[in-house]
Amino acid sequence: MLNFILRRLLQSVFVMLAVSLIAFSLFRFVGDPVAQMVGQETSIEDQENLRERLGLNDPLITQYGRFVGNLVQGEFGFSYRTRQPVSEMILNRMPATLELGLVSLLISLLVGIPAGIYTAIKRGGVLSNVLLISTLIGISVPTFVIGIFLIYLFGVELGWLPTFGRGQTVQIGWWQTSFLTWDGLKSLLLPAITLGIYQLTLTMRLVRAEMQDVLKTDFIKFATARGINYRSLYFNHAFRNTLVPVITIIGLQLGGIIAFSIVTESVFQWPGMGLLFLDSIRYVDIPVMSVYLVLIALMFVVINLFVDMLYFAIDPRVRLKSAHG
Amino acid sequence: MDSTKKSSITESWRRFSRENELVYLFLRNRVAQLAAFIAIVSVGAAALANFIAPTNPYDIASIDIMDSLIPPAWSAEGESRFIIGTDDQGRDLFSAILYGTRLSLTVGLLSIGFASILGVTVGLMAGYFGGRFDAIVMRIADVQLSLPAILTALLIDGIARGILPQDKHDSLMIVVLTVAIGLSLWVNFARTVRASTFVERNKEYVQACQIMGMHPLRIMLVHILPNIMGPILVILTVDLAVAVLLEATLSFLGVGVPPNQPSLGTLIRIGTEYLFSGEWWIVIFPSGMLITMIISINILGDFLRDALNPRLR
Repeated sequence: MLNFILRRLLQSVFVMLAVSLIAFSLFRFVGDPVAQMVGQETSIEDQENLRERLGLNDPLITQYGRFVGNLVQGEFGFSYRTRQPVSEMILNRMPATLELGLVSLLISLLVGIPAGIYTAIKRGGVLSNVLLISTLIGISVPTFVIGIFLIYLFGVELGWLPTFGRGQTVQIGWWQTSFLTWDGLKSLLLPAITLGIYQLTLTMRLVRAEMQDVLKTDFIKFATARGINYRSLYFNHAFRNTLVPVITIIGLQLGGIIAFSIVTESVFQWPGMGLLFLDSIRYVDIPVMSVYLVLIALMFVVINLFVDMLYFAIDPRVRLKSAHG
Repeated sequence: MDSTKKSSITESWRRFSRENELVYLFLRNRVAQLAAFIAIVSVGAAALANFIAPTNPYDIASIDIMDSLIPPAWSAEGESRFIIGTDDQGRDLFSAILYGTRLSLTVGLLSIGFASILGVTVGLMAGYFGGRFDAIVMRIADVQLSLPAILTALLIDGIARGILPQDKHDSLMIVVLTVAIGLSLWVNFARTVRASTFVERNKEYVQACQIMGMHPLRIMLVHILPNIMGPILVILTVDLAVAVLLEATLSFLGVGVPPNQPSLGTLIRIGTEYLFSGEWWIVIFPSGMLITMIISINILGDFLRDALNPRLR
């Protein structure tokens, strides 16, 4: 087990090094960093001095080493656009995105898994078919269109829910949360549903497919023949055996949620990291772009690592395989 | 004479449709037929946009700002000139949608073409030669697959914005968009083709080709490729929907096609700004067109997947 985890850790470090290399070359080669930092009237001489002081004349490998060293210490440099430290900008925005992502993940799992199990058990039923057709729509309708229609229905026509921003938030340390006020929760609802719907349909389709496969296996037939009651059969015997692929998908979904939060945040003007990234693309704010890239990659690597470790807890076959191999 | 000829044609058609499984299944699947019909009509309308559209939305001279925000023709303030109304600049929405669909489909098809050529080439080589090339390529694919396509496309788009000079942005944006979407979708092709090639290369017909001293390129393209067309076709269809969606999303976010050539995503973005003041038609019709198109492509993809995968039948 330790061996397996160490190997995966090593792999993750390589991935992070590769990503930081991309981020470094972005920072170093897309546009001239010095030209971005100084004003128009700075003399060539001063520019050269700055270049020397920033170490931009050093060998590239030294520069890369320094870049990685700074990243590890949380020194992310300054934004070209706002001149603020990037770490501060991202830290300010992070709680909004994480809270939004968490709630939409909960929505997608709490609705998607039961719906998937139901459609697998009640094949061909009316409700199953309705659910299945709605997943096709859920996959085909773009996230931003869903968001727009939710805004129109609940924000404009019915006027029940706020349509942009986070509403009132409460400050806990550096973390701004919208969980603690009624207004904040109401503001969270529409974006979270928008972000969750696509993931929900994926969860449902996957759980359904896996359940159907498991229900066809011999051990389920045998368990049925033994007269085990259906609830125990479906949940203890069948569903547990679908957990490995389902957990993989949850891991992937977290990634999907982070990526699509860019779109959702844009529709709802939700002040999270996605909106910051989008602005950095529009204004070619390279430091913000490269740090966002590194952070996202880090999240993905950690999620994947975590998912791999969860396999150990769930699937005895993985444990056996790694013990022998 | 005439009738016998006719009957022989129907007879041969009948035989063809019976022998060709795909055609047979298609003729029995009403939903797939409907989806194919919608897809063909959309593609046709987009391709013939120049002839069908009453006005040219790219031609600034023909647009009158006084015509802006006119509701659809059937409502009280509507005008018969503009069947489904006009947008904020006085463009006929119907024409704008036709041209927008054309742009969306062009970018979608081009990028999926790029992705498939890249992915199939890499996949064939990785699967056929194996070894170090395979290991490196598949590691890259693994890393890229863990990032969602939209993120990759956004990043490439952003990098291109940084590298390209400001004044060339608009003219190159469509190329950039195509490359960005293509590069974010090639992995699916590469992985599937590699897996299938891996299976095929150990079969006897490939060994026979090798013994005959055929060039590997010829074996891959002439002998292996036709045998793995099924899965490629499925990904081609499914990913076309993804590509069209990606283009629409990027344009909606304002980092896609240039604003003077609106695609469906751009139209929807413009429409959102007017939704709150009650001008619903600017956002509804482009969204409807986009969704209809994507659903029909997805249905066709599902049909192909089921039809080409005997395990599911």
